[in-house]
Amino acid sequence: MQQPIKRAWYALPSLVRFILRRLAIGVLLCVGVTLVSFTLTQIVPGDPVAASLGDQASSDPETVAAFRQRFGLDKPLPEQYLIYVTNLAQGNFGESLQTRRPVADDLAKYMSATIELSLVAMTFAMLAGVALGIIAAVNRDRWPDQVIRVISLAGVSVPTFWLSLVCLYVFFFQLGWSPGVGRLSPGAAAPMNLTGLYTVDALLTGNWKTLGSALAHLALPAMVLAIYTIGAITRFTRAAMLDAFQQDYVRAARAKGMPERTVVMRHVLRPALASIITVSGMAFGRMLGGAVLVESVFSWPGLGEYAYRSALALDLRAIMGVSLVIAAVYILVNLLVDILYAIVDPRIRLS
Amino acid sequence: MSEAPLVSIENLTISLPGNDGGRLFPVRDVSLSIGAGEIVGLAGESGSGKTITALSLLGLLPPGGRMSGHIRFGGQDLLTLPPRAIADVRGRDIAMVFQDPMTALHPMLSIEKQLTEHLRHHRGIDARAARTRAIELLELVRIPDAARALKRYPHQFSGGMRQRIAIAIALCCEPQLLIADEPTTALDVTVQAGILRLLQQLRGELGLSVLLITHDMGVMSALSDRVVIMYAGRVVETGTRTDVLQHPRHPYTHSLLGALPHEHGDDMLLQPMRGTPPSIGALPPGCPFHPRCDWAEARCRDIEPGLHAVEPNRAIACVVDPLVGVPA
Amino acid sequence: MTIAAPATVNPHRPTGKLRSAWLQPLGLVGATLLLIMIMAALLAPWVVPYEPNAQAFGRFLAPNATNWFGTDQLGRDIFSRVVHGARVSMPYALQLVVMAAVIGTVAGAIAGYFGGWIDGVIMRAADLVMAFPDIILAMAVVAALGPNLFNAVLAVVVVSWPIYARVVRSLILTLRDEPYVQSSRLLGASSGRALWKDIRPNVAGPVVVLAALEYGHAVLILSGLSFLGLGAQPPTAEWGSMVSEGAKYFDKWWMSAFPGLAILVVVLAANFLGDTLRDAFDPKSAKAFR
Repeated sequence: MQQPIKRAWYALPSLVRFILRRLAIGVLLCVGVTLVSFTLTQIVPGDPVAASLGDQASSDPETVAAFRQRFGLDKPLPEQYLIYVTNLAQGNFGESLQTRRPVADDLAKYMSATIELSLVAMTFAMLAGVALGIIAAVNRDRWPDQVIRVISLAGVSVPTFWLSLVCLYVFFFQLGWSPGVGRLSPGAAAPMNLTGLYTVDALLTGNWKTLGSALAHLALPAMVLAIYTIGAITRFTRAAMLDAFQQDYVRAARAKGMPERTVVMRHVLRPALASIITVSGMAFGRMLGGAVLVESVFSWPGLGEYAYRSALALDLRAIMGVSLVIAAVYILVNLLVDILYAIVDPRIRLS
Repeated sequence: MSEAPLVSIENLTISLPGNDGGRLFPVRDVSLSIGAGEIVGLAGESGSGKTITALSLLGLLPPGGRMSGHIRFGGQDLLTLPPRAIADVRGRDIAMVFQDPMTALHPMLSIEKQLTEHLRHHRGIDARAARTRAIELLELVRIPDAARALKRYPHQFSGGMRQRIAIAIALCCEPQLLIADEPTTALDVTVQAGILRLLQQLRGELGLSVLLITHDMGVMSALSDRVVIMYAGRVVETGTRTDVLQHPRHPYTHSLLGALPHEHGDDMLLQPMRGTPPSIGALPPGCPFHPRCDWAEARCRDIEPGLHAVEPNRAIACVVDPLVGVPA
Repeated sequence: MTIAAPATVNPHRPTGKLRSAWLQPLGLVGATLLLIMIMAALLAPWVVPYEPNAQAFGRFLAPNATNWFGTDQLGRDIFSRVVHGARVSMPYALQLVVMAAVIGTVAGAIAGYFGGWIDGVIMRAADLVMAFPDIILAMAVVAALGPNLFNAVLAVVVVSWPIYARVVRSLILTLRDEPYVQSSRLLGASSGRALWKDIRPNVAGPVVVLAALEYGHAVLILSGLSFLGLGAQPPTAEWGSMVSEGAKYFDKWWMSAFPGLAILVVVLAANFLGDTLRDAFDPKSAKAFR
């Protein structure tokens, strides 16, 4: 770096420097993601025009020519990539074979259902996972630890799609506790579209009937989706807590006569939480992937279900759209998580 | 000592669960006392049981640890107190400073929190009163700009400053006894002197009793009034600092001091001690020191000597006692 | 003026045997279950009572003395199909894990050993592919190349190698500076030789542990893809697609219950075993997320 730039850079507060650096990495990752997806569209065997337009459209020479020109298929690869990225940047993901609509519109339509489902599942997973992890760590090697270990291993071992079916069979078909699949019961009208999250929209508009229906429909798929993440976060929390328990500062806190409860919740949990926050970003990414299976069983009209239907129709543009969006969300969430970590940890915040 | 000592450990034996289901005895039949305003140095190699003896005063043994004997403090026997009562003694009446100030301070809690949390817990005072006290303490340990220091975090201080803060934390509740476990070992030599001077001053200003744990005989001689030497979980020699450090009578003390570099004319003489300390799981029979002892006789292999008085205020655990009148 | 380095007394350090004593049952259960499933895979044609694709019985028979797990919509014996299913998911998952482990280990070793820009490029690439959700990327590849299990395996390998690369890299970084590695380099061993001779033994353990833990995940992904209709195709007796068929006949619970249980058993067994191994060999990696 040039001297003046360097000086200006180091004049910035460390937190700002940290955030800027993370932002730069995030942007780089996004560029990389588009490179990967571009490569994928290139390795598709057969005619990309046919693959993208479908049989009907590709038999019309005028459409094919327009398509070739729009995506620059006659130009060299680097230029094609630039065109591809420019299109993406303008929100142009191409057209879905299946719905005959722009993929971007479909994504926008289905995204909010997935976000609602995974946010609820993630909240649930964090609360349950951290709580179980604390109990396991505090009771290390005693029976609660062993029970929780088996539970958490079972959580990361159970096939989500199968668990979804089992839960539907038991709680909907046999017991009738769950209202079944979908986002709302047939009688309930969708709330006015403000955020796209039915629960929030229903709450904001005071639509209690819809709110109740939305919550009831949300509960079962969210819990099933959370199971894997609960297992993973439990095990991570236990490991992070045990790590913190071995630190000198914990012994020092005990030597000060602090009650064990305070030692655990303040001196041990706090540093452990900081690292739990960082993995929760990764866990969220995994959860979005797992949503495909849960959504397809619960007929949840989200990205996963869209990706599933697109995959069955071999609709590559739609699936690439979904994976680009999820990758972008993953990068964004991890960026936020890193920043949150920096704010929580004084060693990064003030250095 | 005419008046009753502040703390008196009598026949303390500590056992820990061993790997094979048996029990290990890192501390065996240890007795020592600390008078009011006295600095007692506890020395020995690694694994001699110094630190675990100190932790027993706080009731902080490793999981599965058991103790027998007595620890008399303030008219009660700490070993018979319920855990809750010992937790009240910890930090309030007996406080501890650990070896490495880099790791003993919590990296994510502010200095203020770490200085005041136990003060508020033990005394039940409000945040403002606790802050006033915290500032007083930081000034006592010579931290410049105490009010601002409260808002900062450990990583913003140097090692020496952190150890001063750790001492301030320990002194917050005006304890009667301060346990300092290798308080200078992790610090630069130049910083060590400052911490030693501080401890010396605090003893003078506060009338504090200190149990100073160290393997550094230099630190020992700079600070302590009386010296207790441990080997393989037992006390092998006690006496005043001058007696023990200038005329050691136990062969182990003698070689500990011999292993120090000291100047003889132009030469630096250094006699490293032979062998390594035995592991507590596999002590040799008889006197545990005999395999490393220059004066060992046949009987040392059979008898484990008890601690016995050899002069007023002087006791050793050696049946041969070969060093009468030999300077260090 | 010090005599010896002071002991670092760690009051919470567990004693090895105390810890492993209660872990062993879990590992034993895992190993036994896994062994049974491997035997099932190897011996399926000889141990099952009926041909997996023979439409020899009434349709939708509930579990009974002849058809222990019942029959499906074509009158096939579900028990025979579940046992045969072990021949599909398990070897493909093994293939996946071995490929990912080899690629990841080599990449991690190169990154850790050479450092510098090579390290930067490899690890950024690892970050990058981890941004893609494995199952959706697999769906994309399958949609592009056609639905078949091997294509799915290839796609998942692409996103699975980074975890090995990260673990191996961090191991190499700590090992690289070990005196014995340094000295063998000073004695003129080439870097490749140093990697192979001095470092491999220390890396092998953690990689095997990680692979054991990832094996369960591989089974989950592959059966999930088949469940979606993107992996094994009918009439192959594959657990995921059997669950999917069962889902169409919702009230015939046995059709999806038993193949799903088979997946759960294999994955649980692999995780029990992997977790026990990790505690024994490499407790630190418990902090790696997965």
